[in-house]
Amino acid sequence: MEENTQQASNGKNKMNRRDIIKGFATVPVFGALAFGIWRKKKLDHYRSHALREELNMSPEVTTQPKKIWDGEAIRLGIIGYGIRGRQLMKAAGFAAPSDVQDWKDRAEKNSDDKRYIDFKEQDDLNVVVRGVCELFDARVEEAHSAASNVNRLGNEAVPDTTIKKYKNYKDLLQDPEIDAVIIATPDHWHARIAIDAARAGKHIYVEKGLTRTLEEVFAVRTAVKESGVIFQLGHQGRQTGSYIKAAEAIDKGLVGDINLIEVTTNRNSPNGAWVYDIDPRGTEETIDWSMFEEPCEVKHPFSQERFFRWRCWWDYGTGLSGDLLTHEYDAINQIVKMGIPETAMSSGGVYFFEKPEHFVKEVREVPDVWNAVFEYPDRNFTLLYSASLANNRDRGKVIMGHDGTMELGNNLSIYACQESTRYRDKINSGLIDPSIPIYTYIPGRKDVDAIATATERYFAGRGLLYTYRNGKRFDTTHLHIAEWIECIRENKQPSCNIDQAFEEGITSAMATISQREGRKITWDSEKEEIS
Amino acid sequence: MNSNWTSGPYLMDSKGLFAGIFHSMAENPGLLKAVDFLNIWGLILAGAGLIAGLFTRAAIWGGIALLSMYFLSHPALINASYAIPSEGSYLFVNKNLIELIALAVVLVFPTWKEIGLDGIIFRKKNSH
Repeated sequence: MEENTQQASNGKNKMNRRDIIKGFATVPVFGALAFGIWRKKKLDHYRSHALREELNMSPEVTTQPKKIWDGEAIRLGIIGYGIRGRQLMKAAGFAAPSDVQDWKDRAEKNSDDKRYIDFKEQDDLNVVVRGVCELFDARVEEAHSAASNVNRLGNEAVPDTTIKKYKNYKDLLQDPEIDAVIIATPDHWHARIAIDAARAGKHIYVEKGLTRTLEEVFAVRTAVKESGVIFQLGHQGRQTGSYIKAAEAIDKGLVGDINLIEVTTNRNSPNGAWVYDIDPRGTEETIDWSMFEEPCEVKHPFSQERFFRWRCWWDYGTGLSGDLLTHEYDAINQIVKMGIPETAMSSGGVYFFEKPEHFVKEVREVPDVWNAVFEYPDRNFTLLYSASLANNRDRGKVIMGHDGTMELGNNLSIYACQESTRYRDKINSGLIDPSIPIYTYIPGRKDVDAIATATERYFAGRGLLYTYRNGKRFDTTHLHIAEWIECIRENKQPSCNIDQAFEEGITSAMATISQREGRKITWDSEKEEIS
Repeated sequence: MNSNWTSGPYLMDSKGLFAGIFHSMAENPGLLKAVDFLNIWGLILAGAGLIAGLFTRAAIWGGIALLSMYFLSHPALINASYAIPSEGSYLFVNKNLIELIALAVVLVFPTWKEIGLDGIIFRKKNSH
């Protein structure tokens, strides 16, 4: 400092050696930085290259649905407009103006509420709804207003009076202006409607579980196969990117020989346990109760509770088996392709939702805690399902093999097993760390790579990465309906076709029968019968 | 080092008074790209400038701008917890704020005129 001042005051601004050294004093830091980067890049490249070679996973991300829907519009009929029917119609592009207005108002108040913009931006599948069928008057009107709302408007929408309302699905099926039907009735109606629809030549999208009884599974398969209609069962998990990637990983043997698969359901609310709100508009005058009860062997007096909470009684559904085991089973069947088990054994009980505050007149019949064990001796593994509707600790899905463990959710992670044979050398050499995934798939990531940083996994695990994909949320139900529509147009088989549905239906029926009869059920795949 | 990096999740995790602004940045794909680009190159240039003592004044202001964004998007509030865990428990004053103040201090004591490339440039300019 003193020297500089002196130099300046003397008018001498020449640089001396010391000034140059001071000027460049910090430059060597860049050398250290460059060396560090070079070393890290080399290690990253080595790891990802070596692992990719070992794992042989394709780098592609899962395909997006096609965006252009050419040709004439497919004409739909909607049978059943309860909670799920409403969601399915929305996924097909139709929502009641009151719903659209509600989402619009909420979005104006809260910019984080994306339902309005998501619905407006959802792909137009080039479909129209020509008829709606419901047993409850208020809902048939709501379904009709949704069907009319082709422009996805709010209160300004104008009803389309040419769309027909039906009380009896048989009349809807006779309408020559309808090409395909979406069936979202209670389970005890699925088989009858699906069979009649197939015979009427209508393509079918039916909600899970396929049927209420074992016999109906066979009958639906026969009707669909004989008619040749395009059939899709409503397991929208078929569209989940991580499941599609998981199937590839299993095919390539990343976890080795599978020996145990654990799947779970974890819920803890009246809604999650199907103890839904009762709509006060639903009375004997506004609900066609005798039609609702028609398939039942024993008829019951009118009950709002049974109508709105039908999933809680054996007369209409199969409880956790058809409702939630089926989703888990179908996810695993998609990935592991194991088909129908050799044996099924299940048990459970009504352990929480049995109190007077949960039900008005009649306590539920179907268990709220339930477990099922399926044996696959030809594949050398057990599939274990366990469910609680009174605790929502997320236990996820786990596929366990001799060489590794696959954890499945919206993300997919595969860990090498410490005692693995396949990965032993790489574990010993430090290339593979059993506590860090050897493969991770995170939807929405620009490309698939063996290495995801800890931060990325952290964010993804908290739902911050996959909620938005290219700035857009994606809805698997929409993708599942879109796939069905595309298959109708191109006369192809969708991912959850009648063969997949048959396996789901038989497996679920075996578990239900085991629970209700208190015995182990065996499947004879040659004769196609249970004992 | 990670070609997949994006500020999206960090912005989505924003809390406090300005969270809405940061969320909307993350939700607009075009804007997010711009934010990512500015953040990556802002950090590289500010960091390199500070290390080399080159264009230090601009680097300091760039650093202050970035740090104030980080500070505002992830304020150390009593009830706020973030996806990325921090190594300490902060209240109002966090590392971003300290770094920001440190940069302001350097602004007041222009050491770059002594050590760093600016010293050479400044000297040259003075000689004309």
